[in-house]
Amino acid sequence: MNNHYAQSNGLHINYSLISQMVEDNSKVLDLGCGDGYLLKLLKDTKNVKGFGIEISQKEVISCIEKGLSVIQGDIDEGLRQFSDKSYDYVILNQTLQSAKNPDYVIEEMLRVGKKCIISFPNFAYWRVRFNFFFSGNMPKSKVLPFEWYNTPNIHLLTIKDFFEFTDKRNIKILQKIYTTKANIKKDFRYNFFSNLFAEEAVFVISK
Amino acid sequence: MKNIVETKFYTIEEPIKFESGIEFSPITVAYETYGKLNDNKDNAILIIHALTGDAHAAGYKSENDKKPGWWDELIGENKAFDTNKYFIVCSNILGGCSGTTGPSSINPNTDKPYGLSFPVFTVEDTVKVQKKLLDYLGIKQLYSVSGGSMGGMQAIQFVISYPDYVKSAILIATTSRLSPQAIAFNAVGRNSIISDPNWNNGDYYDKAQKPDRGLSIARMIGHITYLCEEAMYNKFGRELQNKDHYDFNFDIDFQVESYLQHQGQIFVDRFDANSYLYITKAMDYFDPASKYGSLKNAFEKTSAKFLIISFNSDWLFPSYQAKEIVNTLMQLNKDVSYCEINSPCGHDAFLIEYDNQSKIIKSFLNNQIKGDSNE
Repeated sequence: MNNHYAQSNGLHINYSLISQMVEDNSKVLDLGCGDGYLLKLLKDTKNVKGFGIEISQKEVISCIEKGLSVIQGDIDEGLRQFSDKSYDYVILNQTLQSAKNPDYVIEEMLRVGKKCIISFPNFAYWRVRFNFFFSGNMPKSKVLPFEWYNTPNIHLLTIKDFFEFTDKRNIKILQKIYTTKANIKKDFRYNFFSNLFAEEAVFVISK
Repeated sequence: MKNIVETKFYTIEEPIKFESGIEFSPITVAYETYGKLNDNKDNAILIIHALTGDAHAAGYKSENDKKPGWWDELIGENKAFDTNKYFIVCSNILGGCSGTTGPSSINPNTDKPYGLSFPVFTVEDTVKVQKKLLDYLGIKQLYSVSGGSMGGMQAIQFVISYPDYVKSAILIATTSRLSPQAIAFNAVGRNSIISDPNWNNGDYYDKAQKPDRGLSIARMIGHITYLCEEAMYNKFGRELQNKDHYDFNFDIDFQVESYLQHQGQIFVDRFDANSYLYITKAMDYFDPASKYGSLKNAFEKTSAKFLIISFNSDWLFPSYQAKEIVNTLMQLNKDVSYCEINSPCGHDAFLIEYDNQSKIIKSFLNNQIKGDSNE
């Protein structure tokens, strides 16, 4: 899975947020690791061991150039090769919305990882709503720069959607953070306003 | 100025026990080396050639030599296998016909070529011979072992046979076992040789007529499997060979026919029919999963870091087989990276697609140095 969002945006705010959530020396699987930026950061600052999985040949080569262990593969095919709870963290950074079967991917992550870290752009963010409401076009932004016909983001979701999803499936939320243009809001509660002001969200979940 | 290299020879006098139980000696090994072995004797990389390759992997044999060694694009100063840093060793396979003892070699007990009295050997036996050569060269530990196709099969076996001796393995366009389809193509190749009357039960070395017909057809079949549909379209299409109309006979009309015939013809000048039988048989037998109970068991003791490369249009050694190895290594918590290179060249890609291969191999080997210094 390509980390389209992170590349197009060039922001790395999520990367440091996520790396703060990961304990030292843990075993990590980074799904849709893109050019390996996050995994390299985790390796250098947290001494993690683990793999990245990435579908694009170009990105796989970038990872190998960074000295990372990376496997070219499609996370939509599942994580069959991994046994239950074999990783401390399974990370899905800005990739959920471009998975073909996001629910399957999350269930597989929860099976393989003791904890899972998932980040995604919040489609209920007020600028997105504003944009859609007034322009009448599929919303575009810095975070979502694509046209409707070429976007890899085929399963966009909101913070509300994610809460409902975890509720229905009995998934535990261990940590939740959202970011706005100016702020990082830790351990927020879900309500109308968080769903409106969060630009991106990061959740740590387990089952 | 060309980089002139020389093929050297080393004879293993003590008998080597083959997997079949037979003890065999002596074995002469043809080999070449490039670069310098360092003082710690731990910067050596073993390069293993494929089915019909030889020890001449890089450089030129003389100033007038037109063609460099078979992997010259990857081996040399500042190339992927950088001879400024590494000591590269490549030897001709056991049973081959390019300097290493094989069925065409003279049996010292009879002063005649072995022919079919040469023992059937396996990939494990070929690797044993390679290891003897490395011991002779004083190499304490391999920095890496690498090969494509059947060379990759031997690299896999090398890591399994000598788990603590190898620090990394680069496996390219290879498999831990041939598919029945691949075995079938090998079988047709062997049948073609065996059914050539000049083969004469393998006893043809002193005859005027050799089983050239059978061997060249075997090679033609091989070349079909090294390409893919797209590669054939790209290379030949339905173009005719030096003509603009069909000749309405059974001579060569199409370019693809001409290509196969040419490949078959030049092959018989450099390869021995019996070697082809023996080596393809060793390929067919190779199956560590069945030998060790499972692929997991086979790789369990290995300590090497792995880089695995496959090519998406390779249907002879398809990507799913590479992934099987990758998945097994991941389950075992081994350090592994895997890249499937996009190429329209079929199995031949490992001898053609050098840009990405170079980049990946070079980075992998470089980062291995960094990893070592962290320890």
